Amino acid sequence: MKFAFTDEQQMLRDTSQAFLADKSTSAAVRAACVSPEHHDAELWQSICEEMYWQGILIPEHVDGLGLGWVEMAIVLEAAGERLLTSPLFAVAQSTAASPLFAVAQSTAALVGCPASEMRDLLLSSLAAGNVISLAMGNQSGGWDSVGVTANETSTTTVLSGEARFVPFGFAAAKLLVVARDASNTLTLWVVDPQQDGVFVEPTPTMDQTRPMATVRFERAAVSSDQLLATQADELVSDTLALSRILTVADQVGVAQASLDISVDFTKERKQFDRTIASFQAIKHKAADMMLKAESARSLLYYAACTADAWLAGEVDRDALHEAAYMASACASDAAFFNAGCGIQMHGGVGITEEYDIQLYFKRARATESYLGRPSEMREAIACQLLDGDVA
Amino acid sequence: MKLTFTAADEQFREEVADWLNDNLRDEFADIRYRGGPGDEHHFVDERKAWERRLAAGRWTCIGWPDTWGGRAASIEQQVIFHEEYARAGGPGRMGHIGDTLTGPTLLAFGSEEQKAKYLPPIRDGVAFWSQGYSEPGAGSDLAAIRTKAVQDETSGQWKITGQKVWTSLAHESDFVFVLARVDRESSRHHGLGFFLVALDQPGVTIRPITQLTGTAEFNEVYFDDAVCDADDIVGAPGDGWKVAMGLLGFERGVSTLGQQMLFQTELDEIIRIARANGASRDPDIRQRIAEAHIGLKTMRYNSMRMLSGGEDGSLSREAMIYKLYWSSWHRNLGKLAMDVLGPEAELIESGPYELNKLQSLFLFTRADTIYGGTNQIQRNLIAERALGMPKEPRGQGK
Repeated sequence: MKFAFTDEQQMLRDTSQAFLADKSTSAAVRAACVSPEHHDAELWQSICEEMYWQGILIPEHVDGLGLGWVEMAIVLEAAGERLLTSPLFAVAQSTAASPLFAVAQSTAALVGCPASEMRDLLLSSLAAGNVISLAMGNQSGGWDSVGVTANETSTTTVLSGEARFVPFGFAAAKLLVVARDASNTLTLWVVDPQQDGVFVEPTPTMDQTRPMATVRFERAAVSSDQLLATQADELVSDTLALSRILTVADQVGVAQASLDISVDFTKERKQFDRTIASFQAIKHKAADMMLKAESARSLLYYAACTADAWLAGEVDRDALHEAAYMASACASDAAFFNAGCGIQMHGGVGITEEYDIQLYFKRARATESYLGRPSEMREAIACQLLDGDVA
Repeated sequence: MKLTFTAADEQFREEVADWLNDNLRDEFADIRYRGGPGDEHHFVDERKAWERRLAAGRWTCIGWPDTWGGRAASIEQQVIFHEEYARAGGPGRMGHIGDTLTGPTLLAFGSEEQKAKYLPPIRDGVAFWSQGYSEPGAGSDLAAIRTKAVQDETSGQWKITGQKVWTSLAHESDFVFVLARVDRESSRHHGLGFFLVALDQPGVTIRPITQLTGTAEFNEVYFDDAVCDADDIVGAPGDGWKVAMGLLGFERGVSTLGQQMLFQTELDEIIRIARANGASRDPDIRQRIAEAHIGLKTMRYNSMRMLSGGEDGSLSREAMIYKLYWSSWHRNLGKLAMDVLGPEAELIESGPYELNKLQSLFLFTRADTIYGGTNQIQRNLIAERALGMPKEPRGQGK
């Protein structure tokens, strides 16, 4: 048993943090948020060419790195994090202001699809740095509700309805679309956003680092070679669990960064002729924040190991889903608690636009309910523990 | 990054489980699941006999080196032992202070004579130890110790005078290690000595402290010219603080997974009651039970990270949060138990004040966030050692 990073994983962590400290500064993040593309296209290009993070989960035979979920978590955690090394620049938040998250999520869905030429083509395309977004949720009645239908006509199949909260949907070269068919089972399609009947609308978000889109389908005709999976209820539900783990990685980074920048601030700020970091009222808040961040990190890496074990056939889907529920509940709470405490520790400047803690606060809020509120995660656990027959 | 044990470790697990299955029965059947925190005053003689049985199977002091009768067990193996011990319902260990505190301290700081004199009886399960750190005026501020030790110039013998408090099971123990001031001019952590003192002597008086549960496992221990031989000071006079702090470093968390298994038993009981009495339909109770379940898993993976940490024995960040985490979790569990039981929680089943398990849990877990460093002290330690925040300025007075 070694529930610790291997040397290679530690190296990946170190290089991710170093790269982002350099490229994804506070100024860069802020610029990306208001740019027309909502991200720094140049940075995304250098991630794809120099770091190859988009290829972590992609199998080697389709040009990926064939690494695992622990590696993906390491990079996404670094993506949510601000590095201590440079207090002047120091924001390493931005890869989710690039399409990395969207790409990882789509990869997770694709890896679970039955093998097909189209699937491998899409994975190669992801490995080449193209953005493919997963259009899954509708959120009128939970994250597993699907707002798109696939109905057969005499000549073809048409998609109708709406998918909301599609990460980087407006930048996607292709969309993976979950749709319910006439027999009430889920199907997964690949759709070109330019094709007839598909309307992609960017949706401005309170957290500008995680831009999204709504995708509307008005009788968009799709052909059978666009069909990636049928009977896809389990696939979609498993992708949801995996997506939660990706989000948890981001939240752990946010929780850690909120702690780090706030503690640094309190070591500089003086009142009553002392740094405010020397007051127990501040220290105890910081200690609670560290407890939250470390705990969320433990569940993140447990969940990432569970995802790897599930893909290797060593544990069943229930284990994957339970791990995702638990990690999501814990990390959502941790990120929001830490960012909220962080604002308080900053005092007045915490609510200014100038300081970065507000960016973390918004991102913590955004990720907290993305893919399900913490109370929904806990209710899912409660169902397992309290309902049904006693084992 | 791996969450599974090696095949060799799994074989060790089987060995432990088999031995416990063969031995924790018959005359020891009644002490299964007994003698844990809040219940330590029960079955003392039987649990001492159990220590001798453990010793006969080489299951005491498994982390000690072979030379002193241990198994030189790896961290993983010690974790496994604790886990299987808890799974089998092994009783609260009468020998745990000798095994995990006195022993490692003597191995690190003791003389050869001290090792030869004190280690074998601990290893054999025939000598029981208690600890004498806290005093009425030295709780969170441990360095404020006032108990003093004076050396007789001719015989070299030490005479100890003062008062220790919160000494678990002193009345059932043979020895106590005592931190006392050897230099009356000294203050704080300077000028202290670390003494090995026999409890059965005229200069020692032990008074039990009755707790809010009505039971008494803690004591006050009074020293009035209690005698300690010249050879029974560990390290040099004045090195007491170093020895005592070294002792804290021996806690690598090997017992944490075993502790969590006991917590799981408690949570399972609460879930069983909630399902039976309908509390499981209360949305707030559902959230809290889920939260407790998630918290217990969190502890498990926090521990796994802690145990997988560096071999240098330095405390990792995960290790620093552990006490704060489990004590808060356990205290909340006690309250959850009461809320699940509702008005039933009030009813005393027997005797003038014989509490049931969950009532004891509720009341005694208020101690969890106090002993071994209060939650406030834990937060200070985390902020200062892990986050590098400044120390609180000290008060001025004497």
